[in-house]
Amino acid sequence: MSTTDATYGIWNRPLKKTGIVGFLTTVDHKKIGIGYAIGALFFLLVGGVEALIIRLQLMVPENNLVDARTYNELFTMHGTTMVFLAVMPLSAAFFNYIMPLQVGARDVAFPRLNALGLWCFFVGGIVVNLSWLYQVAPAIGWFGYAPLTTKPYSPDIGTDFWIVGLQILGIASLAGSFNFITTILNMRAPGLSMMRLPVFTWMTLVTSFLIILAFPPITIALVELMFDRHFGTHFFDVGGGGKPILWQHLFWIFGHPEVYILILPAMGIISEVLPVFSRKPLFGYPLVVFSGAVIGFLGFAVWSHHMFTTGLGIVATSAFAFLTMLISIPTGVKIFNWIGTLWGGRIRFTTPMLFALGFIWMFMLGGFTGIMHSSPPVDAQQQDSYFVIAHFHYVLIGGSIFALLCGIYYWFPKVTGKLMNDNIGKLLFYTIFVGFNLAFFPMHILGMTGMPRRTHTYKAEMGWAEPNFWSTIGALILGFGILFVVIQLIYSCFRGQPSGENPWDARTLEWDTSSPPKEYNFGYTPVIHSRDQVWENKYGAAEKKMGKIAPGPHGIHMPDQSWWPLMVAIGLFISGMGVIFHHQPMSTLLPFLPEGIHFHILYFTGFGMVVTFMSIILWAIEGPGGYHLHPTAEELEGAVQPDPQQGGHH
Amino acid sequence: MSDLAAHADPLEELKQTNTGVENKKMAMWAFLASDCMFFGTLISTHLIYRKIYPTVVDPTQIFSIELTGFSSFILLMSSFLMALTVSSAHKGNLTSMRTFLLGTILFGGVFLGGQVYEFSHFVHEKGLTLSSSVFGSTFYTLTGTHGIHVALGVFWLAMWFFATLPKKFSQFTREERLPAQLITFWVALPVVMVLVYFIHHHSTAYLLIAAGWLVLFPVLMLVTTPLRGRYSHVNALDVETAGLYWHFVDIVWIIIFTAVYLVEYL
Repeated sequence: MSTTDATYGIWNRPLKKTGIVGFLTTVDHKKIGIGYAIGALFFLLVGGVEALIIRLQLMVPENNLVDARTYNELFTMHGTTMVFLAVMPLSAAFFNYIMPLQVGARDVAFPRLNALGLWCFFVGGIVVNLSWLYQVAPAIGWFGYAPLTTKPYSPDIGTDFWIVGLQILGIASLAGSFNFITTILNMRAPGLSMMRLPVFTWMTLVTSFLIILAFPPITIALVELMFDRHFGTHFFDVGGGGKPILWQHLFWIFGHPEVYILILPAMGIISEVLPVFSRKPLFGYPLVVFSGAVIGFLGFAVWSHHMFTTGLGIVATSAFAFLTMLISIPTGVKIFNWIGTLWGGRIRFTTPMLFALGFIWMFMLGGFTGIMHSSPPVDAQQQDSYFVIAHFHYVLIGGSIFALLCGIYYWFPKVTGKLMNDNIGKLLFYTIFVGFNLAFFPMHILGMTGMPRRTHTYKAEMGWAEPNFWSTIGALILGFGILFVVIQLIYSCFRGQPSGENPWDARTLEWDTSSPPKEYNFGYTPVIHSRDQVWENKYGAAEKKMGKIAPGPHGIHMPDQSWWPLMVAIGLFISGMGVIFHHQPMSTLLPFLPEGIHFHILYFTGFGMVVTFMSIILWAIEGPGGYHLHPTAEELEGAVQPDPQQGGHH
Repeated sequence: MSDLAAHADPLEELKQTNTGVENKKMAMWAFLASDCMFFGTLISTHLIYRKIYPTVVDPTQIFSIELTGFSSFILLMSSFLMALTVSSAHKGNLTSMRTFLLGTILFGGVFLGGQVYEFSHFVHEKGLTLSSSVFGSTFYTLTGTHGIHVALGVFWLAMWFFATLPKKFSQFTREERLPAQLITFWVALPVVMVLVYFIHHHSTAYLLIAAGWLVLFPVLMLVTTPLRGRYSHVNALDVETAGLYWHFVDIVWIIIFTAVYLVEYL
């Protein structure tokens, strides 16, 4: 049914939808979302294995499974992988797949830019993890504090892998966020006002704003660090007059919004799932949305609570403590609204619902310890102890990961048209829940009794052996739980029972289209009349039911596929490798080459930049392109013809 | 695109979004918000170290405020020309659009030339380098990042200029005033360079630049052949979006010029 209008650009565009070429050139937000999910789940397992090695090392006192250097590499790569390569891209997978469906759009505003985000994510993840292959993994912590990261203290190129990888991942996040902001603000279906948007889409918007405002400071900080290491600047070099504390400020100006970048999408998912399985609309919708935005806003005003022990002075410390405590108010508002949603509802304990309920409980526990460290004197006690580890794993696993798993179970039928077995899902939830608490609850006690973070072993007489032992057992249970979720996910893709369009009797717009959705998402333009539109379609009054506008005589306009986003990312990879191996002999980069080849590796950067720029130019020249698809008559049942005066909504 | 052709003004069609702002423009605004934080971080870094080390380097001994003041003025005037470019693009007046676009590119180029001169002057004659002091580190990183922004802007606008040209060289003479515009643009830079060579000081670099440009411009005309003939009225939005970027980069320069240069003369 598809017709190609014209050939744009100098070369013919890739038209194949399937196979490797179809994937590498895709501009479909749904395929891109799946690409993000595959990458994120892979890195989640990689980061999980790193965590398990850390736990096995700490299982018994004076263990020597790994040496101190390897241990440092492991916790650095674990943190970096989980934050940038697992939780963020898994959230991005949902942003990509679900958000355009929830706003009733055919795709995101800039489909090729979206593909660029995916490829930069893969390239960034590959660059960071290539350091393992060169046996120089960074050993600087995921926060990369100066002066440890400067050349005299970290002379090997592990830190450079980390810097360059993070820069490329930043491009991925920024490209995605500009796209999502434009899509949500500009491309909502007619009648879908901002205060009718599903909360998940709202949180996508808030998170995207956090990303575009928080990533530039880390980008500059990384540039400054790179210049310190390669070109002799003195930003963080004490000998040359630099101030290492500047790094901490710049890092946490990014880093604190970053933790809300990790948790707000999770809160959005929970706000979608609780109403569906309580059979009630979300309680206090405007407050939930508003408190999400307030959390995002306050997130920029609390960075120094990561630095209470650096001696900021009484005024600054008090101000940041006050603002930090303030954040517990909008967070509390959200939790009470979720409880209000559950209250009096007809609750169905499905797997996604269990994860959502687990989220509320576990996230609250993490929140309570968070309120504890918002007080500077308490924080001074807990700084750099296992208590802090317990805190942020409760908010990041009990919070983010629980919600993301909830989202996987909830939206799996939408993405594949198949069901994941609910009984196995519940069993895995309880496994994960028990394993998680067994792994991380003892860390509160370890922290209180003084066990420091980032220490690769401890003496038996410290009395930390028993909690550490049980913690490791818990971590193994948790690890197996998550591994089996991934296995169940893959299994259900092939062998799952058919789910039908809307197996949960859910309420938001993505459930109005087929499962999996067609390439063009909606055959018609939905006209929205209420917040819980799919429920109103079934149970609501006649005037609340959704309208449908058929596409015009030309059909639905679809963007053409493109090679250039991938080529831009490859160019960035080449130039990144050039920066990393700058000053190194050629045989470091390519060990199979004989030694003694003199080649300035920074030239690779120039070459990579040329590839990137040429690809951007060719990207611009080829234009969005496009062809038209025609939905079937069955899909257009009940749709009215478009008003010729209006036009537009293609 | 065929489904847009039915409407009177394709530019109005693009405004039919929820907010009434075109998608490209919305994304550009979001990018500029992000870029504010980008420059904000760099400017803060510079000002923080300036406060810590007020006396280590005396920037007034290094800066040549007359030159930088002049190139800043030129950059601001380029914003004025950019506004005229966007206005003529929306009116569909291709002839004046080309004039103003070339003017914007030329002024951006003058600013960049001033920066290149300034950098080489500071490094070779004043001994200020990336690694000579923290001031050098923050100064070059901040102004260099801004320079890269201007260079990308010049590049972007140049692409749109080439896109407005007719597809075939033989059609050039049919376009009103186009040959004159191109020839002026081609010889203006070498003339200025030769003048600078005789009036300011006899450095062969100026003559090399003049000769280089005389060769480079025809080459540019050839290699940009795939771009030519692509501009249509609907691209006025793209020019406007590029204009937003251009104005932003100029506004940032006002802040940098104040915070880095003028402050030192208080």
